Amino acid sequence: MTFIDPVWTSLLYLAAAVCFILALKGLNSPRTARRGNLVGAFGAALAVATVFMSVKMDNVPWILGAMVVGSGVAAPVARQVKMTQMPQLVALFNGVGGGAAALVALLELAHSEDHWVRVAIVFTLLVGAVSFAGSAITFSKLQELMTTRPVVFPGLPTLMGAVLIAAVGAAVAVVFSGSLALALLLLVLGLAAGVLLVLPVGGADVPIVISLLNAFTGLAVATSGLVLGNVLLVVAGTLVGASGTILTRAMAAAMGRSVAGILFGAFKGGSTAGSTAVSDRPVRSSSPEDVAVLLGYAQRVIIVPGYGLAVAQGQHTAAELALALEARGIDVDFAIHPVAGRMPGHMNVLLAEANVPYESLKEMGEINSEFRTADVALVVGANDVVNPAAKTTAGSPIYGMPILEVADARQVVFLKRSMRPGFAGIENELMYEPQTTLLFGDAKESLAKVLSAVKAL
Amino acid sequence: MDGIALLTITVLAVFVGFEVVSKVSSTLHTPLMSGANAIHGIILVGAIIVAGQASDPWVLAVALLAVVLATANLVGGFVVTDRMLEMFRGRKRVAPPAGKPDAIKAESRASGSKEGMR
Repeated sequence: MTFIDPVWTSLLYLAAAVCFILALKGLNSPRTARRGNLVGAFGAALAVATVFMSVKMDNVPWILGAMVVGSGVAAPVARQVKMTQMPQLVALFNGVGGGAAALVALLELAHSEDHWVRVAIVFTLLVGAVSFAGSAITFSKLQELMTTRPVVFPGLPTLMGAVLIAAVGAAVAVVFSGSLALALLLLVLGLAAGVLLVLPVGGADVPIVISLLNAFTGLAVATSGLVLGNVLLVVAGTLVGASGTILTRAMAAAMGRSVAGILFGAFKGGSTAGSTAVSDRPVRSSSPEDVAVLLGYAQRVIIVPGYGLAVAQGQHTAAELALALEARGIDVDFAIHPVAGRMPGHMNVLLAEANVPYESLKEMGEINSEFRTADVALVVGANDVVNPAAKTTAGSPIYGMPILEVADARQVVFLKRSMRPGFAGIENELMYEPQTTLLFGDAKESLAKVLSAVKAL
Repeated sequence: MDGIALLTITVLAVFVGFEVVSKVSSTLHTPLMSGANAIHGIILVGAIIVAGQASDPWVLAVALLAVVLATANLVGGFVVTDRMLEMFRGRKRVAPPAGKPDAIKAESRASGSKEGMR
C-alpha cells in the first residue's frame, strides 16, 4: 500500500480542523445547526480516512474491528435514547473520550524520551482519568443509579487534598523516571480525584459539571496531540476546551453561581445541600377544574416549564395543553429560563420534541416584559427560576440570578409536587401572594387533569 | 513540528474557540455541548496511530480499547447531536393528534398582535 505525501496529510488535517470550526459556527442558529453538525461529522470521517492513508500501520483488521464495535454500540444507543435521558448520554460519551485520551497517553509513555513530552503525557493521563471517572459519577447521578443529592462525608476535603498532592507527586516522578508502574498509580489517583470531585455536587448543578468535564476532555485531547505531534488533535481539543469553558461559565452565570462555588460549595458546607423543610404557612391550593377555568377564560397565558416538568416527562402533555388553549383563541407562549430542564437549552429540545412551534418558545430577555400583559403565568415544576428573592433578598443563595418575572402576571398558578423548596433550599414568597394559586401533584398528572378539564369547559 | 509552532496554533485555537462559541444562543447550548463533545472524539485518530504501532499484545489490547471508546464518543456524539437538531428543524411540522396547529397558531398570532396594539 502506498501512502500519501506528508504535505497532503497536513492539508487534509487542516481541512478537518476547518470542518470542526464550521460545525461549532453552524450551531449559532437553528437553521444552520444541523448542517454544521454534519460538516463536523464529515471532518471527523476525513481525518480518520487520512490517518489510514498516511502512516504505515500494523493491526489494521483489528483496528477496523474495534471501530465497528465502538460504533455498533454507540450509534443504536444514541439513536434510541429518550430525549429526557440525553444529558446522561452526553456525559457517558464525554467520559469514554476522556478514557481514550488517558489510555493513548499511557501507551505513549514507553516511546517518550523528552521531559516536556512526558509533562504532556502526565497531564493527559490525569485529566483524562478525572474526566472519565467524573463523567461516570455524573452518569450514575443523572440515571439515578445513585442519589442525586450531594454526597459529603467528614474528611472529604482532606482526602481530596491528599489525592491531589499524591497525584502531583506521582506526575513529577513519572516525568523524571518514565516508570509505567507510577503512571498506572497516577491513572488510579486521577480516577479517585474524578470521583471525589463530582460526589459533592448535587441536583441541578450536575449539568454544569458535565460541561466542565467536557472542557477537561478537550484539554486532554489537545495535550495528547502535543504528545503525538498531531496538529489536528491539538486544534480540535483546544477548540472544545475553550468552548466548554465559555459554556460552563455561561451556565453557572445563568444560575447565579460561580463554578468554584458549585465544585467546592459542598466542601465548605455551603448552600448546595438544599432543604427538605416543609413550611406550614397558609397557601391557596386549588383543584384542576379551577385552574382550567383560570386558563380557559384568559386571553394570554405564559407557561413556565422547569426541572419538574422534565423529571415528570410532562412535555407532551404541556404541548397538548397549549394546543387546547390555542384552539380556544388564547395566546400561549412558553417562557424558557436559560437553565430550565437539566441542561441549558434542554427544555427547548424537550418542547421541540413535543412539536411545540419554534416561535412559541421565548427566551427570558424576550418574554420578561410580556408577563405584565399576561392573564395567567402557569409555572410547571419550576421554583428557583421564578423566585423574587433573587431580586429582593440580598444574602439569599440565589441573589443576583436572573429570574422570569412571573409575579407581574395577573394570576400565577404553580403546579408543584409539594411545598418543598426548590434546589436552592429557600422559600419562594411568591407562593404566599394573593394572586397565586397552587395545584399539588406530579407535573404530568396535574397537566393531564387540567387538560381534560379545559377540554370539558 | 517544533514547539513554538504548536504553541502558536494552540493559542490561536483558544481564541477561535472563544469567538465561535460566545455567539451561540442559549437555545442551542445543549446541542453545542453535545457537538463539542462529539468533536473531542477525534482522539480516535490518536488511538488508531497508537494501535497501528503496537507490537506487544497487551499494548495492542489497551490501544484497541482506546479505539472502541473513542469511536463510541465520536459516532455516538454526532448521532445524538443530529437527533436533537432534527427536532429543531421539524418544529413547524403538524402535530399528529391535534388537527391543524399551524392554522390555529396563525389565528392566535393574529389575536396576539391585536392585543399587543391595545
